[in-house]
Amino acid sequence: MFAFFLTSGLFLGWSLGANDAANVFGTAVGSRMIKFITAAICCSVFVVIGSVISGTGASHTLGKLGSVNAIAGAFIVAFAAATSVYLMTKAGYPVSTSQAVVGAIIGWNLFSGSLTDFNALVKIVMTWVACPILAAIFSIIFYKIFAFFITRAKIHMFTLDKFTRYGLVLAGIFGSYSLGANNIANVMGVFVPVSPFSDISFYGIFKLTSAQQLFFIGGVAIAVGVFTYSKRVMMTVGEGIMELSPVAALIVVWSHSIVLFLFASQGLEGFLTRHGLPAIPLVPVSSSQAIVGSIIGLGILKGGRGLRWRTLGGISGGWVATPVIAALISFISLFFLQNVFQQQTYRPLTYILTPDAVERIQQAGISSKDIKELVGMELTSAVKFSSALSNRISLTRKDRDFIIESSEIDEIAVDKESIARVKIDWITESQKKAIEKMDGRVFIHKWQFDEALAEASPEWRFRTNDKTFNQDLKNKLDFIHKSVR
Amino acid sequence: MEFKILKKQIGIEKQIDDFLDKVSESGLLFKDGVEAYLQGSMEDFKTKLEQIANAERIGDSLRRGLEERLYRQTLIPESRGDVLELLESMDTLLDQFKGALWRFDIEYPEICSEFIADFMDLVAKVVESVESMVLSARAFFKDANSVADHMHKVSFWEKQSDKISTRLQKSVFKREDLRLSHRMQIRDFVRQVDEIADAAEDVADRLSIYVIKRSL
Repeated sequence: MFAFFLTSGLFLGWSLGANDAANVFGTAVGSRMIKFITAAICCSVFVVIGSVISGTGASHTLGKLGSVNAIAGAFIVAFAAATSVYLMTKAGYPVSTSQAVVGAIIGWNLFSGSLTDFNALVKIVMTWVACPILAAIFSIIFYKIFAFFITRAKIHMFTLDKFTRYGLVLAGIFGSYSLGANNIANVMGVFVPVSPFSDISFYGIFKLTSAQQLFFIGGVAIAVGVFTYSKRVMMTVGEGIMELSPVAALIVVWSHSIVLFLFASQGLEGFLTRHGLPAIPLVPVSSSQAIVGSIIGLGILKGGRGLRWRTLGGISGGWVATPVIAALISFISLFFLQNVFQQQTYRPLTYILTPDAVERIQQAGISSKDIKELVGMELTSAVKFSSALSNRISLTRKDRDFIIESSEIDEIAVDKESIARVKIDWITESQKKAIEKMDGRVFIHKWQFDEALAEASPEWRFRTNDKTFNQDLKNKLDFIHKSVR
Repeated sequence: MEFKILKKQIGIEKQIDDFLDKVSESGLLFKDGVEAYLQGSMEDFKTKLEQIANAERIGDSLRRGLEERLYRQTLIPESRGDVLELLESMDTLLDQFKGALWRFDIEYPEICSEFIADFMDLVAKVVESVESMVLSARAFFKDANSVADHMHKVSFWEKQSDKISTRLQKSVFKREDLRLSHRMQIRDFVRQVDEIADAAEDVADRLSIYVIKRSL
C-alpha cells in the first residue's frame, strides 16, 4: 500500500522537475547559451545531490503535507497538486508548485472540516504581486550595474561569452541544488514516518538512512521530470516572454536567485538575528514568480516593447488557476477515495474544552468566562468549533488558534513499540531519554505530550527570540507525534 | 568540457586578430605591389604577388576555421550570424586586393607616367579605407562604443578615392592620342581599385547595424 501512496509523491516530484527546472536553466537554454541536454544533465545531477544532502538536515520535516493527517489524504493532496502543475506545464506556463500544494491542502481542509489558515491565502496573493515587483526591481538594478562595468571594462566578445556561459552554468547548478534541497521535504517528507526502508550501512564507512533513501527516490523523480518534460516551460521562460541576450539571461537568473536568498532564506534571517543585525523581512516569494518578474524588469527597462504581453497574461492566469484547480481536484478526488474506495482520507478530530485545556488557556492570559458553556462539549470539526467560539466571543486569530489547538483531542499513547518507531538519528541523547521516560503514559492533547517532554529535558523547550530553533523544534515534535501515534 | 572551451576561446580571439591582420596586410602588400609594378621593379612585384596570394590563402583558412568553431561550439549565439557575415565581407576585401594585383600580372597594363601619381594616391586612399574598416572590426569585438570612431573614416577615405578615381578617369579619356582600348583598360583598373573602397564602405554600413543589434 505504501508503494501505491508513494506514487503521488513521485508524480509531484516529477511535476516539480518539469515545471521548476525552467527557473534555473530556462534563460540559459532559451538564449541558446547551453544546450537543453546539458542543462537537463546538470539540473538532474544537482537536484538529486541537493535532495539527498539536505535530507540529512530535514529528515524530520514533514513539509506542507504534514498538516494532512491521513496517508490516503496526503496521497490525494499530492496527486491534486501534481496534476494541477502538470496541466500548467503542458500549457508551457511556469507556476508555483508550493502554491499548488497549498491549494490542494485547502481542498482537503474543506473536505475534512479543518480550518484553513487565512494567512496562507493572503501570502499566496501577496506573492503573485510583490514577488514579481521585487524581482523586477532587482533585475533592473543588476542590469544597470552590469552594463556600467561591461562597457567600461572593454571585454572581448568571446571572453564575455565564456564568462556568461560559466555564470549561467553556476547559477543553474546552485539553483538546481536549492530546488532539490528546498522542495524534497514537500515531496517526500510526509512519507518518511511511514517509510518501510531500513538504514543501509556501507562497510561501516557511511550510512544511508531510510529518509535519505526516500529523498534519493524523490530526487530521481524530480530529475526524470526535468529530463522528460521540462523543455516546454524552459522555452517559455527563456524566449517566450521576451527575447533574451545571453547577458540578459544571466542577469535574470542571478537576480531571481538573489531575491530568493535575501527574502526567503531562513538561514540568512537566523544569521542576522544571531549577530544582532536587523533582519530582512521574509516576504513570501516564489521561484517561478521571481524569474518572470526579473524578465519583466528587463522588458520594462527596454521600453516594454519586447515583452509578449499575451504570454504574460497567460502565465498570470496560470498562477491564479493553479491553486484553484488543485483545490478542486483535491476535493473531488477525496470524495471519491473516501466514499467509493472506502479509504480514510482524514482522521476525524474532535475538540473538547477539557479542564486541562481551560487551565492552559487561562494561563496564556485568554479570558475563558465567555466560552464556559462550551466546556465539556464535543465538537466534531475545527470549523464547527471555530464557529461556536466566534458566536460567543470576539478573538484574535492567534488566540482562536491557540484555543483550538489546546482543545484538540488527538490521543498519543506511548509504549516501547511506538518509541522504537521514532527514527532517532536527529535527536540528542537527552531528547531520546526524555521520550523514553514517556513510556506507558497516555496524553489526550498533543500539547500535553510536548509539555511533558519539555519538563523531562530542557532540549525539548522552545527558546525566546530564536525563530529558527523554534521552527525546527516544532517540525521535530510534529514528526514525533506522527511516528509515535 | 568547460576547460576545453576555455582553451579554444582564447584561440578564437587570437584567430580573429590574425585574420584581421591578414586583411590589413593584404592592403599593404597591394600598395607595395602596385608601386613596384609602376616603378618597373618586376622581381619585387612578383614577390608581392606571391605574398598576397599566401595572405589570401591563410585568410581563407582562418575564416573557415572560425566558422567551423563558431557553429560546432555554439559560441556567441546571439551574434554568430553577424560575426560570420562580417568575416566573409572582410575576406571579400582580401580577395579583391589579391584579384586587383593579379590583374596587373595578367594584363600588364601600360600606365602612362602622368597618371602614376594619381594612381598611387588612389591606391593609398583605398588602403586607408580598408585599414579603417579593419580597426572598426577590431573595435566591434572588444569595445563596441569605439566602432563609430573608426567607421566615419571609412566613408571619408571612400569619398576621397571616388574623387581621385573620377579625376583620373577624366584625365585618361582626355588623352586622345591613346587608343580607346588602352584608355578603357586603364579605366577598368582604376574602377577595380576604387570598388574596393566602395566594398569597404558597404561593410561599414552593415557593421553599424551589427553594433546596434549587439545591445546587452
